[in-house]
Amino acid sequence: MPDLTKTETADAPDQAAEVTAAEPRNGAGAVGKPRSLWGDAWRDLRRRPLFIIGSLLIVLMLVVAAWPGLFTSADPGSGDLANHFLQSPNLTHFFQPDWFGYDGQGRSIYARVVYGTRNSLLVGFGVTITITLFGGLMGMLAGYFGGFWDSLISRLTDVFFGIPFLLGAMVVLNSVDQITVPVVIGALAFLGWTQITRVMRGAVITNKHADYVTAARALGAGTKRILLKHILPNAMAPVIVIATIALGTYIVAESTLAYLGLGLNGISWGSDINDATQNIRNNPHVLFFPAGMLSLTVLAFIMLGDAVREALDPKLR
Amino acid sequence: MGRYVIRRLLQMIPVFIGSTFLIFFMVYALGDPVAALFGDKAPDPATAARIRHDLYLDQPLWKQYLHYMGQIFQGDFGTAFNGQKVTELLAAAYPVTLRLTLVAIVIELIVGVTLGVVSGLRRGRAVDSSVLILTLIVISVPTFVTGYVLQFLFGVKWDVIRPTVSPDAPFGELILPGIVLALVSLAYVTRLTRTSIAENVRADYVRTAVAKGLPRRRVITRHLLRNSLIPVITFIGTDIGSLMGGAIVTEKIFNIHGVGYQIYQGILRNNAPTVVGFVTILVIVFLLANLLVDLLYAVLDPRIRYA
Repeated sequence: MPDLTKTETADAPDQAAEVTAAEPRNGAGAVGKPRSLWGDAWRDLRRRPLFIIGSLLIVLMLVVAAWPGLFTSADPGSGDLANHFLQSPNLTHFFQPDWFGYDGQGRSIYARVVYGTRNSLLVGFGVTITITLFGGLMGMLAGYFGGFWDSLISRLTDVFFGIPFLLGAMVVLNSVDQITVPVVIGALAFLGWTQITRVMRGAVITNKHADYVTAARALGAGTKRILLKHILPNAMAPVIVIATIALGTYIVAESTLAYLGLGLNGISWGSDINDATQNIRNNPHVLFFPAGMLSLTVLAFIMLGDAVREALDPKLR
Repeated sequence: MGRYVIRRLLQMIPVFIGSTFLIFFMVYALGDPVAALFGDKAPDPATAARIRHDLYLDQPLWKQYLHYMGQIFQGDFGTAFNGQKVTELLAAAYPVTLRLTLVAIVIELIVGVTLGVVSGLRRGRAVDSSVLILTLIVISVPTFVTGYVLQFLFGVKWDVIRPTVSPDAPFGELILPGIVLALVSLAYVTRLTRTSIAENVRADYVRTAVAKGLPRRRVITRHLLRNSLIPVITFIGTDIGSLMGGAIVTEKIFNIHGVGYQIYQGILRNNAPTVVGFVTILVIVFLLANLLVDLLYAVLDPRIRYA
C-alpha cells in the first residue's frame, strides 16, 4: 500500500481564477459573521464537480449497503447451475437478476455486487474510524506533549512502518479461524494507525505555538480545553483528507487480502473478484462487474479527499 | 557527512529491533508453527514437545527472540519446514525481486516524471486533466485486477509476451510484471511531480534562467526538474520497501518465485522461520532506503548539508 502521508501536500492546484474569486468573498465575510476555515471550504466545495460526483456516488453506495433489498429481488447466495452457468450479461435488463449475468455457480452477479457493498464499506469505514480515533489521539499526545511521549510514539510508528502492510495483515488474518468483519477491521487498523498518527503529530506541532494557543493559555484554559477546543479543530483538516483517501485504499486492501485467500466469510467484492479470476479467459464479465464497483467506490473516496484537500488548503485563499 | 550517517545508523537500531520483534511476536504468538508441521493431523504430544524443545519454542517469547537474533548475526536464519535453509531461499528469491523492483522503479521514474512534467507545465489544459483522470483511475483499480487483465491481453489474447515468468526471471520477462507493480506508485509519482513542477515553474530562478536566454529544454531539465524532484525522491525511497514487500500480488499473478511468493507461501503454511527471515531483510532494506533518500537530498539541493 502506498504511503499516503507522503502525498499529503500533493496536488494543491492553484487555479489563479479561484484565488481571485475567493478574495471578494472573504472581504464580504468580514462584515458579517466571520467565516471559519470549514465554512469557507464548504462554500468552495459545493461548486467542485469532483466533490459533487464523489459524494453522490458515496451516498448511493451507502444506500445500497444499508438496504440492498431495495435494489434487487434476487438472492445473492442461491445459484442455479443448470440454467445460469456463466451466463452473459443482458445489459438492457435493468435491475433484473440477469443484468450483469451469472457467475460460475449460477448466482446473479448483480445481486452479489449489491449485497457485497455492505461488507466492503463496513471494512472501509470501520478501519478509518478506528485509526482516526486511536491514531489521532496518539498523534495529538506526541505532538502536544513532545519530549518523552513524542520519542516513544514516533519510534513506535517507525516500527510499524517497517512491517509491510499486506504481510502483517496476512499474518494476523491467517491466525484466526473465522475471518469476520471486526477481525479484518482489527487487523488493518492494527497495522494502519501510524499513518494518521504521523499526520496528526505534524499538524499539532505546527499549531501548538500559534498565537491563539498562547492566548487561550493566558486566559487560563487547561490542557484539555486547549487540545480539544483550540488545537483539534485546526489540526483536523489534513487528517480528514488523509482519512478519506485511506478509506478507499482500505477497501482495496480488504479485496487484495480476499484475493490472497484471506477474505471475509460472506459476500464481498474481494472474494467475488478472487473467484472470477478463475474464469477470466472465457468469461471476463464475471470479473468486470465486482471489480468495476470496487474501483468506482474507491475512485469516489479519492475524488472526495482530493476535493476536500484543495478546498482546505489555505495557500489557495 | 560521515558522522551524520553513523548517527542515523545508530538510530536505526531500536527501530530494527522493534520491527523484527513485532513480526516475530505476530508469527510465533499468533500461529503455532509446530501444529503447522503436522498439517491437518493432530501431532503426537511427545513428538510435538520434542520438536518444540529442538526449535527452542518451549522458552518464553523474549528468550526465543534473543536466541533467534543471536543466530541471525551468525548468519543462520534457521531452517524452513521442508528442510531447506532459509538463507538458501533468501539467496534464490531476493535477486529476482530486486530485478522486478528495479524494473518497476525505472518505469516509475521515466514514465511518472515525464507525465508529471508534461502535465505540470500545461496546468489546467486538456493534457493535464486527462493525465490527472488517468492517475485517479489507475489508483482506484486494484493491482490484482490490472495484473490479470494485462496478463490476459498481452500474454494470452495478443500473445506478445509469455504469460508467466520462468524460474530464472530474466529482465525481458519482468517488463510486464514490472509495469503492473509500478502502476499505482507511478500514478503517485506523476501527481507529485506535477504539483512540484507547477509550484516551481513561477519561481524567480526559472524566470532568471529564461531571461538569460537558456534554451527551454535546459531550463526544464537543469533548473526546474532538479528543484522539483525532492518530494518524488522521498516517495520513491519509501516505495522501495513497499514495492519489495508488496510484490506478493504481482508475483502471484505472474508466478515469479521472489520474496513475495516465498512470504506468501510461508504465511499460509505457518512456516515461521521463512516469514521472519524474509521480513527481517525487508526491514533492513526499508531502513537503508530511507537513509539513502536523506543523503540524496544533499545531492539534489546544495543548500542541505549534513554535519
